[in-house]
Amino acid sequence: MILFVLKRLFSAFLTLLVVSVLIFLLAHLAGDPAIAIAGKESTAEDIARIRVHYGFDRPLIEQYFAWCGRALSGDFGRSYHYQQTVSDMVMTRLPITLTLGVSALCFALAISLPLGIFAAIRPNSLIDRISLVIAVVGQAMPTFWFALVMIVFFGLTLRWLPISGNASWQNFIMPTIALGYFATPALMRLTRAGMIDALESDYIRTARAKGLGHASILFKHALRNVMIPVVSVSAVQFGAMLGGSIVIEQIFALQGIGWLSYDATVRSDLPVVQAITLIIAVFYVLLTLAADLINALLDPRIRIG
Amino acid sequence: MTLQRPRTLEVENLNVRFSRSNGVLHAVRDLSFHVEPNEILGVVGESGCGKSMTALAIMDLLSGRAERRVDSLKFRGEDIARVSGNEMNALRGDRMAMIFQEPMTSLNPVYTIGDQLEEVYLRHRDATRTDARTRALSLLDMVGIPAPRQRMRQYPHQLSGGLRQRVMIAMALMCEPDLIIADEPTTALDVTIQAQVLALLKQLQREFAMAVILITHDLGVVARMADRVLVMYAGEIVESGPTQQIFAGPCHPYTQGLLRCMPAASTPGQSGARLGTIPGIVPSLIGEMTGCAFANRCPHAFDDCRHGTIANMAAEADHAYRCLLPAGQSLSNFYETSK
Ligand SMILES: Nc1ncnc2c1ncn2[C@@H]1O[C@H](COP(=O)(O)OP(=O)(O)OP(=O)(O)O)[C@@H](O)[C@H]1O
Ligand SMILES: [Mg+2]
Repeated sequence: MILFVLKRLFSAFLTLLVVSVLIFLLAHLAGDPAIAIAGKESTAEDIARIRVHYGFDRPLIEQYFAWCGRALSGDFGRSYHYQQTVSDMVMTRLPITLTLGVSALCFALAISLPLGIFAAIRPNSLIDRISLVIAVVGQAMPTFWFALVMIVFFGLTLRWLPISGNASWQNFIMPTIALGYFATPALMRLTRAGMIDALESDYIRTARAKGLGHASILFKHALRNVMIPVVSVSAVQFGAMLGGSIVIEQIFALQGIGWLSYDATVRSDLPVVQAITLIIAVFYVLLTLAADLINALLDPRIRIG
Repeated sequence: MTLQRPRTLEVENLNVRFSRSNGVLHAVRDLSFHVEPNEILGVVGESGCGKSMTALAIMDLLSGRAERRVDSLKFRGEDIARVSGNEMNALRGDRMAMIFQEPMTSLNPVYTIGDQLEEVYLRHRDATRTDARTRALSLLDMVGIPAPRQRMRQYPHQLSGGLRQRVMIAMALMCEPDLIIADEPTTALDVTIQAQVLALLKQLQREFAMAVILITHDLGVVARMADRVLVMYAGEIVESGPTQQIFAGPCHPYTQGLLRCMPAASTPGQSGARLGTIPGIVPSLIGEMTGCAFANRCPHAFDDCRHGTIANMAAEADHAYRCLLPAGQSLSNFYETSK
């Protein structure tokens, strides 16, 4: 187990290293950062001064290490546009996006696990059909459109829910549903297929031959095996939701990381874009790591190779 | 003695069917047989003849797609054909247990050996975890697993196929059942391991004084292990009787063919004697069967074999076969006609 954890930590570290190099390089390839800072109406001298001031004249490798060193200590520099440190900006936005992501994932799991399990126990039943419809609609319908429909219906017509801002927990309800529904089809079909496979497996036949009851067969013997791929895919879906939240946060004016990244990109606010990209990348890596560790706990074949 | 005790199992007209798009597939047709307490009943036949379906039907473990019909299914004198799911669950694992063909996949990969052994004892006995552990340890020891304490904490993937099958045997024995159904318990194992596992099974059968249905397609195994034999063909029993009688004087041409196909070097009692091939193909199991199922491959078949129903004939008291030929069609006779 310890060896397994060390291996996973090492590969996570390598991934982050590569990602950080890419983020650093991409930002520099995207255009001359000095021009972005100076603005369109600046003179050549201004730009040259800025270049020296920010260290853009030094070799790339040197700039990379300097950037990494500062990033590790939480210093991502100052925003070019707002008179604030990048870390302050990010830290006020991050909780909003994380709240949205976690609640959206919980919503998706709360819908897809029970439906997937029940659909697997009774294939072709009414519930199976309903869950199929939910999955197909979820897959076919663009998230932004679904969000707009909800705004019109629950926000404007029924006036049940606030449609913008992040003042209270009610502001999170519609964004959570919109974002969570996006992850539901994949998780539901995976649960259903996994459950059907498990219920037809030899070890479930053994469990039945032992005279075990339905609950024990379903929840002790089958579910744990079904959860292994579900955990992996949940991690991937969570990552995808962090990306998807860019759109959702715009629609609901929920000023989280997604909203900030859009704003910073439009304004070519390079340090902010870099910091956000790096943070999202770190989250991806951490999610995969967490999924691997949870699965190692669930599945001894991973833990004891 | 045996006369006073009710038979462990008495099956009357067991049918297993699958509804398929091209008709009804009869995997098992009108099977009637019994198992005495304390005996090993061998069941032989080619792949697909319905051995596993018979076993699963007795245990009521058929998948939802299969339909079971049976006139009566008496277990220790009580008809269990129409008992509730709960009553059947109470019997399974306790009074009747099963060992499967696939030791590699029959154990749940995510739970320890100990957990899976203890579970069945806790389910059927009013026992504490400690009792169950003690019981599991003693059984692992009994089935010849070295260092049982360590093994209890291990997971299935850490054990070889032979060890896993021993664990399955131990699991089947946890509650000292009256009947064990072993469906090709050694097919997936190496030849040397096969012999060990079979010897163990026989020894435990004597020790626990239980009935065993041993399904196999290895005639050598039958000869060495079984007290009585059922020979199955296309979902039917074509011959049944005491092992010695079947091997000394097989009456059904199919049984004769099977014995003829045993490798010459291997006398009954040696392992590794797999069924050879009899020319021809098994008839389709879909739809009703008229006449003898083996007629199209039988060297003795004549017109009457292809019509009506073929009744069981008695060769000796306990030895029956389903054929129109009189008993005593010897093997040498069979060789000549088939040449
Ligand atoms: N799910 C199913 N659907 C339709 N037919 C099936 C199904 N399972 C089994 N059968 C049919 O039932 C027949 C009997 O199968 P069974 O598994 O009992 O054979 P077997 O004697 O155990 O063979 P083997 O020696 O290969 O294990 C087979 O001919 C097969 O075609
Ligand atoms: Mg079989």
